[in-house]
This record gives sequence, structure tokens and C-alpha cells, in this order.
Amino acid sequence: MALSQIIFLVIAAATLVAALLVVISRNLVHSALWLIATLFGVAIFYGFLSAGFFAVAQVVIYIGAIAILFIFSVMLTRRLMQDNSPQINRGWPLALLLAILFFGGVLGMYNTWPEFAAMAPEMAAEANPLEQLGLALVSPNAYVLPFELASILLVAAMIGAIYLAWEKK
Amino acid sequence: MQSDWLFIALFLLIVAAFPGVPILLAGILGPRRPNSIKNSVYECGIETVGNTWIQFRIQYYIFGLTFLVFDVELVFLFPWAVAFNSLSLFGVIAGILFILILFIELLAAWRKGVLEWV
Amino acid sequence: MSFLTDPINAIADWLESLLLSLGLTSQAVTILMTLLGAIVVGSFGLMLVIFLIWVERKVYARIQDRLGPNRVGPWGILQTFPDMIKIFTKEYITPIGADKVPYNLAPILSVSAVLLAWAVIPFASTVVGSDINVGVLYIVAVGAIGTLGIILAGWSSNNKYALLGAFRTVAQMVSYEVPMVLALLIPVLLARSMGVNSIVQSQQVWYILLAPIAAFFFFITSIAETGRAPFDLLEAESEIIAGYQTEYSGLKFGMFFVGEFLHAFTISALTVTLFLGGWRGPWSEQVPLLGTAYFFIKTFIVYFIVLWVRISLPRLRIDQMLNFNWKFLTPIALVMLMATAVLEKILSTWLPTLRLTDSGVILIRTITHLGLNVLVAAGVIYLLRSYTIRREKVGQPRPLAVAPEPPASVLE
Repeated sequence: MALSQIIFLVIAAATLVAALLVVISRNLVHSALWLIATLFGVAIFYGFLSAGFFAVAQVVIYIGAIAILFIFSVMLTRRLMQDNSPQINRGWPLALLLAILFFGGVLGMYNTWPEFAAMAPEMAAEANPLEQLGLALVSPNAYVLPFELASILLVAAMIGAIYLAWEKK
Repeated sequence: MQSDWLFIALFLLIVAAFPGVPILLAGILGPRRPNSIKNSVYECGIETVGNTWIQFRIQYYIFGLTFLVFDVELVFLFPWAVAFNSLSLFGVIAGILFILILFIELLAAWRKGVLEWV
Repeated sequence: MSFLTDPINAIADWLESLLLSLGLTSQAVTILMTLLGAIVVGSFGLMLVIFLIWVERKVYARIQDRLGPNRVGPWGILQTFPDMIKIFTKEYITPIGADKVPYNLAPILSVSAVLLAWAVIPFASTVVGSDINVGVLYIVAVGAIGTLGIILAGWSSNNKYALLGAFRTVAQMVSYEVPMVLALLIPVLLARSMGVNSIVQSQQVWYILLAPIAAFFFFITSIAETGRAPFDLLEAESEIIAGYQTEYSGLKFGMFFVGEFLHAFTISALTVTLFLGGWRGPWSEQVPLLGTAYFFIKTFIVYFIVLWVRISLPRLRIDQMLNFNWKFLTPIALVMLMATAVLEKILSTWLPTLRLTDSGVILIRTITHLGLNVLVAAGVIYLLRSYTIRREKVGQPRPLAVAPEPPASVLE
């Protein structure tokens, strides 16, 4: 096995464990911290796929803004930050069966897609992926409409902030 | 380009180790005499009163949310700025429209009093 | 000869050939060389802090008309070493109820976030840690990790004042990131690339002349990001004790301290790289060592300005800071970005038709951008002054009480 494969498996395992701990942790802030570890693992995967821009954008947006907002909102809940209820309820065998079936179904569905095991196509050496991305974002036959709609979506988020401040008054 | 990201990955590991090793060393070298008064939480020299949660003001969350909105906007603008040479006039105007929408939103939020600290 | 002009690459090439001749595979050699490069850059950053602490204390002292450390070594230059030894041997006092893992992780994150930025700064035309093509956004990402370290520190100390300090610090740092990234977008726009080395290489005219407002904003917001005066409400010694660092002692506190000093130097290095031409100077392409010298001279000059600002200005209140950020810096930065984009588009469509020489193109570009900046600055000053004049009229003192004139019949 090549070294890069070993590293990939290790990081994948670590990310999955962190994702599991997000759900299992009793302490809410610990969950948020494990979420940060998971997001960081995802950023490393983007790096493996030679998508440097997305790796860095993931860290900037998710870890730099969203995770901090999570931690803020966790601390906003004034109840105890410790969850002392039992972790596992009585219906867990059925839940486990459903989860395995779902995962198996999704995996089987992906297997019927021929490109599942394909390698990513090599880009031309002088193709600048960032420039292509920028062009695609604003060219009329690519993604300019979602681009502008994204700004409207951000406006909606700001209106949410205005509403929050309004409530306080 | 792969070697550049390899550098960053290795640098990450090293930079995590560099402060860690002295901290561990100092932990071994330093004295370790905990007593209950030294370990108690500092509150201007008197005993702690009340639980350790604070009156969480909504302002923190609002500033974080505003930052999130602008952060996402700026991450969208980086590829636009890089591709500026090959953009047509339409592309430039699309980008400027994007910035303008958020600029007007900032002014609106200012008018509504969202950006106050009190 | 090449050793004299470019020592670092010469040593690297020699080492690489040595390792290859020892029989290692080329992949292993790459990994080993990269590891060595990473260690060199990391240790360089940390070793620099020892020098920086002395520089800061001496400069403070001289500006405050006193001497500063002058006992240990000539001009007190070895003063940092006894301080380091002292802080190494202090006890770690962990408060009761502190969350162990985030508590210990926070100082490491704080220092790591600053050190990580050194990976993309080019020291010379051929000496750069990692020339990724998203360098500028990487720097922003690394700053975000620093913010995370602070919130971990504040929360895990189990101290409500530390938590309060951490929240306010994070609110400030997060707010000031918006104009900082906006100011960073302008060199990216001018250079058409996000790679830091590409931005340096495309600075035939320093970007501080093409975008002075952006440079100024980047400088101010970076100082605010560091948490230094005049934005240092959060570790204001007289107010919130040490803010989020209250419950840290010994070397963990030392690490926060180191991180702050290194951060100040890092932002000077970044300002120099992005706006002042980095390693560019006469003959710096042929002789990379000269490029490194230029880089460090410029960085130390900017660092001196950072220290000067710290020691001269009074502290801002948090609502003043946040108002300044959201109501002044961000709108102006947005307007600057839009105006620069429009101007760049106009220039790139009209300039090829004029068929000037290379230096003519550069000259016109510089003059037009400088003019645009001056125009925006004048517009802002005009707006501020008209607002102030209105306030002055409103704030005129009114007479409080005037004795009524006695009626004329009484005076007779």
C-alpha cells in the first residue's frame, strides 16, 4: 500500500471517530470541539483531492466562523451544559438495523454508477483551477445565477440577525 | 504543487509539536504543589460567587453572524478576483452586483441598529 | 558563487544530492527535505521571538525616556534568556474544574496559528516555504485557528471573567477580520493571483502606492487582530486582569506571550509582503540573499511602526472599536473594492488600445489607482466633516437661565 493511502486511511478513521464523538459526547462544548476536528479532517480530504482552495475555504468558513457560532450558541443555552440522560434508548437494535440497511443501500446504489471507482481526470498543466472557478462563477452559461442568489441568501441570513436584535429590544 | 501541500502538512505537525514539547518539559521541570487555595478560580482575590456562566448577551452572536455572512461573501469573491483578466464586462458587473447587494445590506443593518454593542 | 548569492538553495541542493547518493528513494528524499525545511522555518520563527522581545522592551523604554534592560549582556540583549529560564521553572497552576484537554491545547493552538502563517511568506525570490496558489486565503484560515484557540482558553478556564474576556476578544477579532480580508482582496485583484509569491513578483510598483487605503486598513485591522494597543481592551491589565489568559501560569502563559509577539512580527511581514514589495528591491532577483535582506529591513521598519502605535495611542473602548470596524472600515473597504474593480476593468480594456511602453502602462496604472484612492479618501473626509458640522450645531450650549428684564415701569 502506498504511503499516501495509509495516511488517507488514518485520517479517514480519525475523522469518523471524531464525527462519532460529536454525537456521543455528553458535554455540549466537547461536541462542538469534536465537530471542529471533523471539519478539519474534511479540509484535509479536500487537500488530498488537490482542491487547495476548498481546503482553505473550509477552514476559513466552517472552522473560523460556523464552529465559533456553534460554540457561542452552545453557551447561549443557559441550561446545564452536561447531558445526564442515558445515552442509549431501548430501540437501539432496530435503529442499528435501519442504519446498516440504509448505508448498504446507498453503497449499492453508488456501485451501479460507473464512475464510482474512476480516478479524477488529470487537468492540463497550465489550467489554472482557480481562474476556471472564478470564470465559472460569473459566466452566464455557468453559475452566475446561483452566485447572485447566494448573495440574496446571505441577505436573508443578515435579516435573521436583524430579527434577533429586534427581539432583544 | 503536491510538494507544497506536503510542506503545509508537515509544517502543521511540526508547529503543533514546537510549543507542545517545551510545555511538557516545563511541566516536568517545574514544582508541583497544588493546594486548594492556589487552584481556586480567580475572581479579583475573593471567593467565587455563583455558577460559572455569564449573562450571555445576544450581541456576541449577532456579530458572529454578521461576520459569517461577510466571510462567505469574501470567499466567493476570491476566485472572482483571480479570474479578473478573463472576465467579460458581464462578469465584472456580476461581481460588483454581488458586493453591492451586501453593501446595501450592511447599511440596512446599520440603520436597524444591529451593529450596536449596548 | 551560487552559495554566496543563494545560500539556502545551495545548501538544500547539496543536501538533496547527498541524500540521493545515500540510496534513499526520491520520494523519501522529498519528504525528508520538506520536513527539514519545515523544521527550519518553524525554529526560525521561534528563535526570532527571543530577539523580538528584546527589541520591543528597548524601543518601549527609549520612547518612554527610560533605559530598558541593560544589565544582562551588552545593551541587555541577553535579557530574554534569564526570563525564559524563569518562566520555564514556574509551576503550572491549573484551576479547579478546568477542562484539561482544551485548557492545555489553547496555548499550543495560539502559537501554532501564528507560526503556520510563516509557511507561505517568501523570504527571497527562490526561498519560500510553500508556494501554494491559495496563499492569501491560507493566511486568513490560519488567523481563524488563532481565534479558536482564544475561545478554548477562555472557556476551559472555568472562570467567568476569562470567559467574558474570551467572548469579547473573539467578537473583536472576528469583526476585524472582515475589513482585513477585504483589504487583502485588493492586492489579489491587482495581481490576479492568490499566491503570495505571485503577488510579490507582480509588484513592479509597490501596492502601497496603488492601494494606500487598502494597505492602511490592512495594517490597522491586523493590529486589531493581534490584540495590541490601541485595541488591547481584552488584556488590559487594569480592567479584566488578563482576560482569557487569567488562569494560565508558567510556560503556558509564556506561550500566549510568545504568540502575541510573533503575531505582531508576522503581520509586519505580511504587510511588507503584500503591500511593500516583499523581497523586491534593486538586484534582488539576481542575488536572492539581497532580497532577504530587503525583506527583513522593511519588516523591521514596519514592526517599529507597530510598536510606536502601541506605545503612543490610548486604549479604545469595545463599543468604539466595534463601531469603528463596522461603520467605518467595512463600508469604505467595500466601496474601495468595487471602485478598484471598476477601474481595473476600465484600464484593462483601454490601455492595450493606447499602445504604450511597459513603463508607461505602469505609470498610468499607478496614477489612476492613486487618484482613485485619494478621491475615495476625500469623499470619506467630506462625509465625516459634514456629519460633524451637523453635530456641532446640535450641541451648541444653550443659556440655562436668564433673569427676566424688570418691566420698564419698575425701573423708572
